[in-house]
Amino acid sequence: MNGWGVWTLFVKEVRRFWSVLVQTVLAPVVTTLLYLLVFGHVLQEGGVAFAGVAYAHFLIPGLIMMALMQNAFANSSSSLLQSKMHGNLTFILLAPLSPWEFYLAFVAAAVVRGLVVGGVIFLVGWLVYGLTWQSAGWIILFALLSAAVIGALGLLAGILADKYDHLAAFQNFIIVPLTFLSGVFYSIHRLPEAWQWASHLNPFFYMVDGFRYGFFLQSDVAVEVSLAVTSGFLLFVSGVNLWLLTKGVKIRH
Amino acid sequence: MNRAAVEFCGVRKRYGELWALRGIDLTIPQGSFFALLGHNGAGKSTLINAMAGLVRLTSGQIRVMGHDVVRDYRASRRALGVVPQELIDEPFFSVRQLLTLQSGYFGLRGRQQAAWIDELLARLSLSDKADVKTHQLSGGMKRRVLIAMALVHHPQVLVLDEPTAGVDVGLRQNLWAFAQELHQKRGMTIILTTHYLDEAEALCDRIAIIHKGALLAVEDKASLLARYPWKHIELTGTGTLHGPLSDYLFSRQAQGWVFRVPRSLPMAQFLAWVETSGLQWVDLKVREADLEQVFMQLTEEVA
Repeated sequence: MNGWGVWTLFVKEVRRFWSVLVQTVLAPVVTTLLYLLVFGHVLQEGGVAFAGVAYAHFLIPGLIMMALMQNAFANSSSSLLQSKMHGNLTFILLAPLSPWEFYLAFVAAAVVRGLVVGGVIFLVGWLVYGLTWQSAGWIILFALLSAAVIGALGLLAGILADKYDHLAAFQNFIIVPLTFLSGVFYSIHRLPEAWQWASHLNPFFYMVDGFRYGFFLQSDVAVEVSLAVTSGFLLFVSGVNLWLLTKGVKIRH
Repeated sequence: MNRAAVEFCGVRKRYGELWALRGIDLTIPQGSFFALLGHNGAGKSTLINAMAGLVRLTSGQIRVMGHDVVRDYRASRRALGVVPQELIDEPFFSVRQLLTLQSGYFGLRGRQQAAWIDELLARLSLSDKADVKTHQLSGGMKRRVLIAMALVHHPQVLVLDEPTAGVDVGLRQNLWAFAQELHQKRGMTIILTTHYLDEAEALCDRIAIIHKGALLAVEDKASLLARYPWKHIELTGTGTLHGPLSDYLFSRQAQGWVFRVPRSLPMAQFLAWVETSGLQWVDLKVREADLEQVFMQLTEEVA
């Protein structure tokens, strides 16, 4: 394994978003806090989702997850597409890095960006809204797994996209709807039965539900089920990525 | 011992209905300065990109320093440095950061590597631009950055894909001096594609001509030039052309004529024809075959 090579690519990908921190971290944090400010107040009368949990507290883990997912996706997808369009992807393709190493570095950097953005929102939730948690282990596990899943989806989108239009389509027609319909703002038990059933087909739902379990030890489905679905989805998306990278689809012509 | 720097065996590449490479068998010896010539779209860049793993072959095999570029890609990529034809931008990092990153992808770091990066920057006159991002550089400087990037991991084989396209004369001379130094002092195998045939003629010892995805010739420069059976004689003067000279007229010039005669024709015979023709001549120049003539003849024969 080319360990130093992977580390270098990972560091490069992290430094890339770190060098434009206002755009990559501060802006999504501010947007998410606006969601919290508006929905936290407007919807607090809407009833309690989990027993003994205030709506604002219920909402914060959902918003953390939403920001984490959107930013993990944005990191790997835009970095890869930008590298393709500027041509500098050639430098990486000429290097002795395997498809797995390429995948690892891109997804790990996406996880870092997701965790940084999610972490800042978590801090605000804790310090300003008094958010507490029951199990740090489940929280960290689901944050890591979910960021990896969405980072890998971002990589997939980056591989397949030829222009920003393609990426925007992937983001607006797949990632955003799946995120909004994953229970970020509500418990699916408040939905009509058909929508509840549909929500169970959405892999993002299990990520949000499992993550929220770490805060309240309450969830819409058993946390073990969420863990199995999230892990399975990660394996599936990773497998597709590795297959595309090995074949060189849209990268090595 | 394997004396081939690069071996192409039955290399074929198809894009949809178009065969870009139609079965290339070619060996590039270690330590050679090798020219790959061809018109636009002949398949030169496809061949080079396949060597670098940027293009997947439809069939066939390529080995760089004995390493298969698909099965043993780590070793083959370590052995190969490629200067791509297209200029590349990287908006987030400075020139030195790019070179450090590129070293890292190859697992290289430490003081020795930093010293090599400094040496490359100095040798390519980029020291004062080390902390500048590539989009702030001129085209010629970007070209030099690409050369530094290709050399940063100490490859044994260097590929220059039309490196002097759009580069001014002074820089072109510098690049060729540097390439010759790498070849002569470091024993590097250099593969060059260029549109400037005089460059290939001046620098390269072995030449391949590729046309419509197939090889037309792979020869030492001397034997390739010997394939052209003519020499050109430029005569400056006035008068009316007749006799045997008119059979060998190649083109009429403003102040004279150009004749194309067999290489074997003795100059005394030619001068005798000139004397008997009654032409008023003031100057005579003989041009031996050059690569351009050979190239044009070979590619026109199969066009």
